[in-house]
Amino acid sequence: MNHADDLGGLPPRMQPPFGGSTPGDGFRNDLRSYAWGLLLAIVLTAVPFALVHAHALPTSSLWLAIGLFALVQGVVHFRCFLHINPPHEHLDEALLVAFTVIILIMMAGGTVWILGNLHSRMY
Amino acid sequence: MSGNTLPNPGFRLRASYHHVNREDEVNFGFWVFLMSDAIIFGLLFATYATMVRATAAGPGPKQLFDINSVAIETAALLLSSFGYGMASLALKYELGYRKVIAWLILTLLLGLVFLGFEVHDFLTMFAHGGSPGGSGFTSAFFGLVPLHGLHVATGCIWMVVLIVQMLRYGIDADVRLGVQRLALFWHFLDIVWIAIFSIVYLGGLA
Repeated sequence: MNHADDLGGLPPRMQPPFGGSTPGDGFRNDLRSYAWGLLLAIVLTAVPFALVHAHALPTSSLWLAIGLFALVQGVVHFRCFLHINPPHEHLDEALLVAFTVIILIMMAGGTVWILGNLHSRMY
Repeated sequence: MSGNTLPNPGFRLRASYHHVNREDEVNFGFWVFLMSDAIIFGLLFATYATMVRATAAGPGPKQLFDINSVAIETAALLLSSFGYGMASLALKYELGYRKVIAWLILTLLLGLVFLGFEVHDFLTMFAHGGSPGGSGFTSAFFGLVPLHGLHVATGCIWMVVLIVQMLRYGIDADVRLGVQRLALFWHFLDIVWIAIFSIVYLGGLA
């Protein structure tokens, strides 16, 4: 176990003077990533809520719009909040997510497909 | 993890694995847990989709859901995700444990706001005849949405534990790992909520 970044137990480390550890470009970039994530997420959430609230479209196009906004927002959250953007840096995690998506498409998609088909045959 | 021990079983195609450290290992293990959780949620979504019309002549989505309450819950959870991001930043750039704790407490409060509104929603649904035993639709709903709420409640408890640890021991390696993993958990729950408000609530009210 590595204690190199152990900042020394008791009492908790006191507040360093702001800029003592010089939050530089890295800090600004990371902050920008979170801020963009929040901004995009707010827009991508507000639009479908407004569309549904106003019943601006017929139901089937409304569903399509909701689905598209949700997909884009999911990608935004993965990039800006979970930070798995460059696949070459986090190959293991990216492969794991891709594998999970494949399993979900087969199992969840398959369930909806088969039961939807049965439903349409019964009525 | 000593240099000679391999991180996990299987035939190695590379000679040395010295770059694998405990932090990467623990985080990767947590990713595996999150993705298995994602599959559970995905299958409950599939169940819900097949059950959404099975209301057994009882109340359906349009009678039971309140879009304003869902909007407030969505805003609380999204802002809490941002708040947690700020806590991670404060930790990464060593802005002091007070800032980390302040952001964590803000995140925690927003999480509790979310839970409060969600419980209120469920009670309103009960009052309108939408209890879990009422129909296939309500069963599927109460299998899916409260499970997410339970995850959020667990995350809140975890956050309290981390804050206490930070006050007691300062920011050591274990606290860092805990904050990193809870970040993954918390942001993941926000993504699951996107699917819930889109498929269950907005889809049902469209």
